[in-house]
Amino acid sequence: MSKSPYKKDFPIFENSSCIYLDSAATAQRPRQVIDAEREFNERLNANPLRGLYDLSMKATEAYESSREAVASFINAEKSEEIIFTRNATEGLNLLAYSYGLNFLSEEDEILTSVKEHHSNMLPWQMVAKKTGAKLRYLELSEDGSISEEELELKLTDRTRIVALLQVSNVLGSTEPIEKIVKLAHKKGAVVVVDGAQSVPHMKVDVRELDVDFLVFSGHKMMAPLGIGVLYGKKKLLSKMPPFLRGGEMIESVSLGGASFAELPHKFEAGTVNAQGAYGLKAAISYIEGIGFDKIREIEDGLCEMIFDGLSKLPYVHIQGSKDPYKHNGIVSFTIDGVHPHDIASILDGDGIAVRAGHHCAEPLMNYLGVQSTARASLYLYNDEEDVRAFLEKVKNVRRWLGLES
Amino acid sequence: MSLKSIYGEILNEHNLRPMNKRELKDPTFTLEGKNPTCGDDIILQLKVNEEGIIEDGGFTGSGCAISQASADIMLDLIIGEKKERALELASKFMGMIKGEASEEDIEELDEAGILKDISHMPARVKCAVLGWHTLEEIFKEEDQKGF
Repeated sequence: MSKSPYKKDFPIFENSSCIYLDSAATAQRPRQVIDAEREFNERLNANPLRGLYDLSMKATEAYESSREAVASFINAEKSEEIIFTRNATEGLNLLAYSYGLNFLSEEDEILTSVKEHHSNMLPWQMVAKKTGAKLRYLELSEDGSISEEELELKLTDRTRIVALLQVSNVLGSTEPIEKIVKLAHKKGAVVVVDGAQSVPHMKVDVRELDVDFLVFSGHKMMAPLGIGVLYGKKKLLSKMPPFLRGGEMIESVSLGGASFAELPHKFEAGTVNAQGAYGLKAAISYIEGIGFDKIREIEDGLCEMIFDGLSKLPYVHIQGSKDPYKHNGIVSFTIDGVHPHDIASILDGDGIAVRAGHHCAEPLMNYLGVQSTARASLYLYNDEEDVRAFLEKVKNVRRWLGLES
Repeated sequence: MSLKSIYGEILNEHNLRPMNKRELKDPTFTLEGKNPTCGDDIILQLKVNEEGIIEDGGFTGSGCAISQASADIMLDLIIGEKKERALELASKFMGMIKGEASEEDIEELDEAGILKDISHMPARVKCAVLGWHTLEEIFKEEDQKGF
């Protein structure tokens, strides 16, 4: 398959000749998602959850049907376990402020890993600082994975929260969440999974994995910017206090205080992003129409092509596993003698979009012994033509800087 | 935007063989400049005599070709100059990066003029100004100390 049959669904590729290899940062949006947002704005818009008139009820229905679509997508037991947020970062902050600050004390421990995105690290650093709880970091084996021994060593009877990513935004590696959850639950800890890089690319079944919390961002799975999801088990969400306070999250208010709305509205203060949620519903339906097996096949095939191509260039080094099938379409690399920012700028000159920098994972960069990397990341709309152009242009990068290629 | 005007011989020469990338033995000033978006850092050192003339300068640290070459070119321009002249050049350089400099200003900036098109690459502006910004900070700190 030289040219992707899905490209035609994405108007951006009609309007830009950009070869887009930065989907781990944000994905492009298909017409189906753009149309859904337009439909909401043109036909359904009113303040959801409030109005007593037809249009507001339609807006509410669109919003709540999106919640149901998310619940079914990740196989949550109840749709009230789905809290809409702005993005994964907000979901993690909600958990840190509402769960972390209220249920942890200085005898407790939080366990996370050195390979987390800053958004799954800084909120827990804050909780540790404010509650006196101890923050511990899982270190990595040589291939970038977290070994069972390391887990057993760092997971103690005092661990209250285990906060881990499912797929690394730098290495593309996948953590065995199911196994981790079993070990963590034995110790009485709750497990928070950062699914920002996994949910767009694989079936994530919260009941099968038995995770307590899962966060992800809509925009990385082709939904609009500004809509994200926090899943939480009902019994946990129920005992947590609200994160943000204000409109649309109360039951009754007096000058002396307030009682709060039921789940999920308790955690959705203020007028909600209903059009974004409706766009997310369309993105889910687009993904389900193609299927994760197909998505995996596309990403793995192209990733293998990138590995084959880059391995012929002795000055290029790929971070993480040597197996392209273990990268979830994410390839972080360095080129000898060339700073990653120069790689990205030079490729940009050829119309190729890759990310360069520390990818919001500075501790991981230190761990890997690099200051930063360039990263090419794939999604279902990429094709062999994209990868061929990328490989062709990567070959010229060193020459641009006056080095031998 | 012409990438060629930036990634060309002059930039590559200053990046691959930076003459001013070295540590000074007895610097008057040492200051670290950091680019938080990429983690790049340079440590700029200057030796300034009593008349305010920059007798010598050097930089260490790591970074992209643009930040490294820009710092090296900057030192070529300011070594032997008075502090005031160095700051004047810095201000002209900043002006050029914002796309506000005149042809004469760019001419005065000599080799640093190759970076003028960086104004079309906003993501890289911080790399180009890292050395110059650190230079300005050195003298700002000096002023605050009341020299």
